[in-house]
Amino acid sequence: MTVAQPIRIHKPRPTLKGRQPTVSARAVIAELMGGEAPRRDLLIEYLHRIQDAYLGLSEDHLTALADWMRLSTAEVFEVATFYHHFDLLKGDEKAASLTVRVCDGLSCALAGAETLLAEIERLNQNPDVRLIRAPCVGRCEQAPVAVVHQRPVIHATSETVMQCIAGDERTHPEASPEGDFDPVTHVESSVVTTDDNRGIAPAYVGLQNYLHHGGYQFLRDVHDGRVTKESVLHAMTDSGLRGLGGAGFPAGRKWQIVSSQPAPRLLAVNIDEGEPGTFKDRTYLERDPHRFLEGMLVAAATVGIDAIYIYLRDEYHGCRALLTQALKQLREWAPMPLPLIELRRGAGAYICGEESAMIESIEGKRGEPRMRPPYIAEVGLFGRPTLEHNFETLYWVRDIVQRGAVWFSGFGRNDRQGLRSFSVSGRVQQPGVKLAPAGITLHELIDTYCGGMLPGHTLYAYFPGGASGGILPARLADVPLDFDTLQPHGCFIGSAAIVVLSDQDRASDAALNTLRFFTHESCGQCTPCRVGTDKAATLMAEKKWDWDTLNDLATVMADASICGLGQAVPNPIRCVATHFAHEVR
Amino acid sequence: MTQVNSSPVQFELNGQAVTAAPGETLLDVADRMGIEVPRLCHKPGYRADGNCRSCVVEVAGERVLAPSCCRAPVAGMKVQTNSERAQKSQQMVLEMLLADMPDAPRKWDADAPASGGYGELSDWAARTGVTVRPSLKGIARRQPQVDASHPAMLVQLDACIQCNRCVRACREVQVNDVIGYAFRGAESQITFDLNDPMGESSCVACGECVQACPTGALLPKTLVGNQSVDREVDSVCPFCGVGCLLTYQVRDEKIVGVKGREGPANESRLCVKGRFGFDYAHHPHRLTTPLIRRADAPKDPAQLEALSRDSRNWSLVFREATWDEALDMAAGGLNTLKAQHGPKALAGFGSAKGSNEEAYLFQKLVRTGFGSNNVDHCTRLCHASSVAALLEGVGSGAVSNQVNDVAHADLIFIIGSNPTANHPVAATWMKNAAQRGARIVLADPRVTDIARHAWRVLPFKADTDVALLNAMLHVIIEENLVDPDFIATRTENYDALVANVKGYSPEAMAPICGIPADTIREVARAFATAKSAMVLWGMGVSQHVHGTDNVRCLIALVSVTGQIGKPGSGLHPLRGQNNVQGASDAGLIPMMYPNYQRVTDPKAHAWFESFWGTPLDDQPGYTVVEVMDKVLAPEDDPHKIRGMYVMGENPAMSDPDLNHARHALASLSHLVVQDIFMTETAWLADVVLPASAWPEKLGTVSNTDRMVQLGQPAVSPPGQARLDLSIIQAIAKRMGLDWNYLGAHGGAAAVYEEMRQAMHEVIAGITWERLVRESSVTYPCLSDTDAGQPTVFIDDFPTPTGRAKLVPADLIPANERPDDAYAHVLITGRQLEHWHTGSMTRRAAVLDAIEPQATASLCAADMRQLGVIPGDVVTLATRRGSVSLIARLDEGTPAGAVFVPFAYYEAAINKLTNPALDPFGKIPEFKYCAVRITKGGELTPQFGYAVDAVA
Repeated sequence: MTVAQPIRIHKPRPTLKGRQPTVSARAVIAELMGGEAPRRDLLIEYLHRIQDAYLGLSEDHLTALADWMRLSTAEVFEVATFYHHFDLLKGDEKAASLTVRVCDGLSCALAGAETLLAEIERLNQNPDVRLIRAPCVGRCEQAPVAVVHQRPVIHATSETVMQCIAGDERTHPEASPEGDFDPVTHVESSVVTTDDNRGIAPAYVGLQNYLHHGGYQFLRDVHDGRVTKESVLHAMTDSGLRGLGGAGFPAGRKWQIVSSQPAPRLLAVNIDEGEPGTFKDRTYLERDPHRFLEGMLVAAATVGIDAIYIYLRDEYHGCRALLTQALKQLREWAPMPLPLIELRRGAGAYICGEESAMIESIEGKRGEPRMRPPYIAEVGLFGRPTLEHNFETLYWVRDIVQRGAVWFSGFGRNDRQGLRSFSVSGRVQQPGVKLAPAGITLHELIDTYCGGMLPGHTLYAYFPGGASGGILPARLADVPLDFDTLQPHGCFIGSAAIVVLSDQDRASDAALNTLRFFTHESCGQCTPCRVGTDKAATLMAEKKWDWDTLNDLATVMADASICGLGQAVPNPIRCVATHFAHEVR
Repeated sequence: MTQVNSSPVQFELNGQAVTAAPGETLLDVADRMGIEVPRLCHKPGYRADGNCRSCVVEVAGERVLAPSCCRAPVAGMKVQTNSERAQKSQQMVLEMLLADMPDAPRKWDADAPASGGYGELSDWAARTGVTVRPSLKGIARRQPQVDASHPAMLVQLDACIQCNRCVRACREVQVNDVIGYAFRGAESQITFDLNDPMGESSCVACGECVQACPTGALLPKTLVGNQSVDREVDSVCPFCGVGCLLTYQVRDEKIVGVKGREGPANESRLCVKGRFGFDYAHHPHRLTTPLIRRADAPKDPAQLEALSRDSRNWSLVFREATWDEALDMAAGGLNTLKAQHGPKALAGFGSAKGSNEEAYLFQKLVRTGFGSNNVDHCTRLCHASSVAALLEGVGSGAVSNQVNDVAHADLIFIIGSNPTANHPVAATWMKNAAQRGARIVLADPRVTDIARHAWRVLPFKADTDVALLNAMLHVIIEENLVDPDFIATRTENYDALVANVKGYSPEAMAPICGIPADTIREVARAFATAKSAMVLWGMGVSQHVHGTDNVRCLIALVSVTGQIGKPGSGLHPLRGQNNVQGASDAGLIPMMYPNYQRVTDPKAHAWFESFWGTPLDDQPGYTVVEVMDKVLAPEDDPHKIRGMYVMGENPAMSDPDLNHARHALASLSHLVVQDIFMTETAWLADVVLPASAWPEKLGTVSNTDRMVQLGQPAVSPPGQARLDLSIIQAIAKRMGLDWNYLGAHGGAAAVYEEMRQAMHEVIAGITWERLVRESSVTYPCLSDTDAGQPTVFIDDFPTPTGRAKLVPADLIPANERPDDAYAHVLITGRQLEHWHTGSMTRRAAVLDAIEPQATASLCAADMRQLGVIPGDVVTLATRRGSVSLIARLDEGTPAGAVFVPFAYYEAAINKLTNPALDPFGKIPEFKYCAVRITKGGELTPQFGYAVDAVA
């Protein structure tokens, strides 16, 4: 008989296909998760636990986490890589022991972020300290800002940052609950005096102080029926309060729409304050959290909400500690049953400020905006009708209802109504949050609220609504600032983030800064935004701009992007074309 | 998320008044009206994602453009697909994507004149006149590396347009969850697992992603670049019982690719075997010449493992012969034995891999030519016990509901089955169901991949099926969760069942089956109270000495709860072979004529004597394992079997206790083997007849869902190899049978039509012409206008009383339990890449590359105890034999057990298995015997099947 020669021996895989969880990584995950049953929607929270404990996400840990959650590794990986605050470690790669982020947002760039970066890079001799750029960290009035791990260094210099590194000062200092703050006393003035800006952990109104000043009485009144839900709804509608996150949808109408949807209904609160130039939510939250919580609970009671999810941007470490504490105290104190309230932590993604992207993120997924219809009021979080509000919208509920709709709508200039919290930064003497009447002009804001321009600077241009709201020239500084007033100029007010440029700045540089920001923050889902932001930013880095191509890119981004991010990207480009084309001709 | 209308909607499209049907999107309507709108991320059958934005249209009154693929029209809406604004964005999207394409083309069709280099993207660019301006081309993205790590697929993400079709293919269609959409913005990229090379990822190579990719970023390695082929031929997958329809792509008379085809069982889905396992048909090992054993070549089974699998190496054992000589000798030997010893001296094994026509003709040959009912096939080794219990209980051996009816199930009870490996496309329906909220319960000693999708996993101790199921029945009856109406009107013998399960409380059974009593109660309640519940099972249930009892319990479970005879509720034994259902239906079993008519039934006997015009044996023949015993019977046994005709089966690998089976085969006076490769069985033959592979045949096969499906020949048999149907007829002629099946391809159509008459009670309505027209028809189907019955038993059961018969079952232990000397349990079965004895799949380059060698799956705890690390050689020994193979870490294998697939000749695990039989189904206990595991051993040298494994 024929006996053939062996041809080859291929070794089969010693395990099943793909990565298998190791015993040690399984143990790590089990310990970090402390006996909880896995929840799909908490994936981002779980990733934070690993990142916090190990300063990075190793492949072994991700594999074990996926196994524990009964997810595929791909599902974990695509979420982990979406959020920039997660550091994926390839193979044996070690996490940096300390990460220093230098904000290169608009206002920080104006304040010298590039020099700061270069200086720190030169001074830092420790290879274990990682220096990276960060998009706007929401402290524009304190520019330039660096963040050492979780500790912000405001008005940063290379010296103060290096001191922080040397001292391993990496946590956000704890704030005192003994503060005293009432926004109404700041009406038509600066919410924060310049001196306060020196602090990163101002004292806040703790539960005791808040109760002492009549806090939560309103909630009790609503709960006990002394104030009817109808009257709350009426006050909200009559006040003309519009969503203060940027889209400006009338708040009262939103409540009505959602309350007409079938239960269970959910409330999602957006504190993913990420629009460059915006810091108003943080300013109020770190001083007066319970006013917001009371407004939130009144909204929940009025609309008939079963569960509340508060989404807080990861950069606000101090606020997170404070809010966690406030919620704990609230639950302990509450004289009435509270809906389920969960505080969720973002992970470094501007797009999650978009309402549907935020919902995806709360569900533990990539923050990719959803297509509408259906609207989230009908099909939102976990597929349920969802009321979504920006922090500040809820913050004003108590005062509007208690003081009456007319109190709020009585403010205003130039035929506009209500109050707006302007986050002003850039080349002004006194940046900060300015609680001003709607319809105020930039000139008035600078002159009467900000102490004028910085010495030696002349007004040249300004962003009326953060990075996405467009850029206006000095000659349009008398346009009333409010919803709807800026559209004729190709701009919008959005979150009312005013960044002021002077004769020492170029609008085209600022526009490029925003394009780089949008490129960094585009979720990557739709072609116009994913490809368009990147290509436009590249073209805008040229001395002379290719207007034909930029115009085409702007058109497709504005017309065909899925969400507001891509649709707004053309604003700065088109504003340069309209007002500042001479810079790049 | 796509909006869906539930009623017709009138709106305006490009100025024309149109009506959208319910469910139609703007794009659907545009397509129907012949209005051309580009689209890239959209793929029919997939969830519309709307991400590419090339299909945006202008809706009057809306601020921005809307993706037509995701948008449902509303009444009065005015939509323009061709406005300047809409077209600008459509074209910009195409241009932006084109700008980032690599210089080298990735996918094109050389026969299509306008074809560009990037598949659908180029097509749409050409149709809309889009070219890339230099300023955009000049700033093209940084391109990712090519990933060629997978044996079957090439990943060239430089042609990726981030459309996510592959992600939806992997996650939402096949639910394998290997591909993700990772990173962000311009860095967004599809990734495998943790951005691992595809070949090192958990990819199961179903190939749905390459089928979904529009641009050539993902391609089958056999069809890289130019997609043009000489012809495409529609057929059916030749592997498992799911019965996926497919299309062979033929270039230069070779199959170069397989596409999933829209079929009722698969909806264009395939698995790794179906999509990439086609090249066995062209393997140089194919038998191409009739062979006759040399007189001086002894039949020595001991030599089997050292033999080359290359049939070109036959010359010391066989000599070439002409067809006439070989056929004369084949039939002559059978005739002589019959003349000397009577008809009972002969037996035939047909094949569940052949067509219905072949099965029908083969059993007709045995019954009318050999003169006995000694005909069987591998159904005996798979679902014989299931069929025995089903015939007894519900009067039909086939499934009550089709697999994809799980879409209507509230609860899906999977027991003794590893569907993601063994019925991969069927498993996709189950996973889809779980995604929409159905609760899967996996009851299996092995925790397999489907467990990740399960609501509850019950890893009961091997061999304790009846304990678990009786405990569930106990709960349902004790807690009065039964369906009293159904029991009263549709069942019989309920009282006996009640009396029997009294003693089987979950508390009493928990220590026996290893599942906590609370869990048993929870699952029992969920099953009983579910709006609909399906039971699907595999060999884990049937391959036991109590296999029939296991299935009796399953029948009782669905009957007492009324979970049968309605959509989403019923019994589905997942059939293994592509035509095991059809071969059994066609009468390729020793106790029944076609359509399960018992040979002992005088009416049936008389009908077939008249139909075939010849006297027939009225006693059942012997089953597969019994035949082997009868071969070794004493000389004076009047039923001693001396001559066999084996068509397309490989009992020398597939039978239990192989040393015994091989000894039996070698002891035959005359063995005729008809096959496409020199199988282990063929090596022991006197005459070897080179036959045809499935892609060479015209014929029908019947899948697990009771669908008769037609396969067309894509290529010709190699050399002198002949169609099996012709060979059977040639043997028949030489045995004196006067058959006359005219027509092409062995007279397949004529044979089918005769079979249709023999089985008119179930397939009268499925004419050959109808099959040619429709490809797939479900039976029972009684007339031309009958669409077929996907769900049966709706009003009654085809039993003598019309009721389901409940048969109580008690605990019967496995035939061979572990002891001190043989402390572990050996479980055998299949694995995803390899089909049965490996003769086909191990000769498929991709499949061989993915799973090149036998492995023994062990859990970490057992490995530690044995002092073994993954990849070590271990030796398994039972009282019947031993093999050495590589240990593989598999945490799903229960402690105290080892799992080994039976596809590997060099570690032929059936040398170890126990031939103990279930008394009713005569099925051997492949799923349980006592084994000793020791570290170390000598691997049998491999001779390799694949000559040119793909890199």
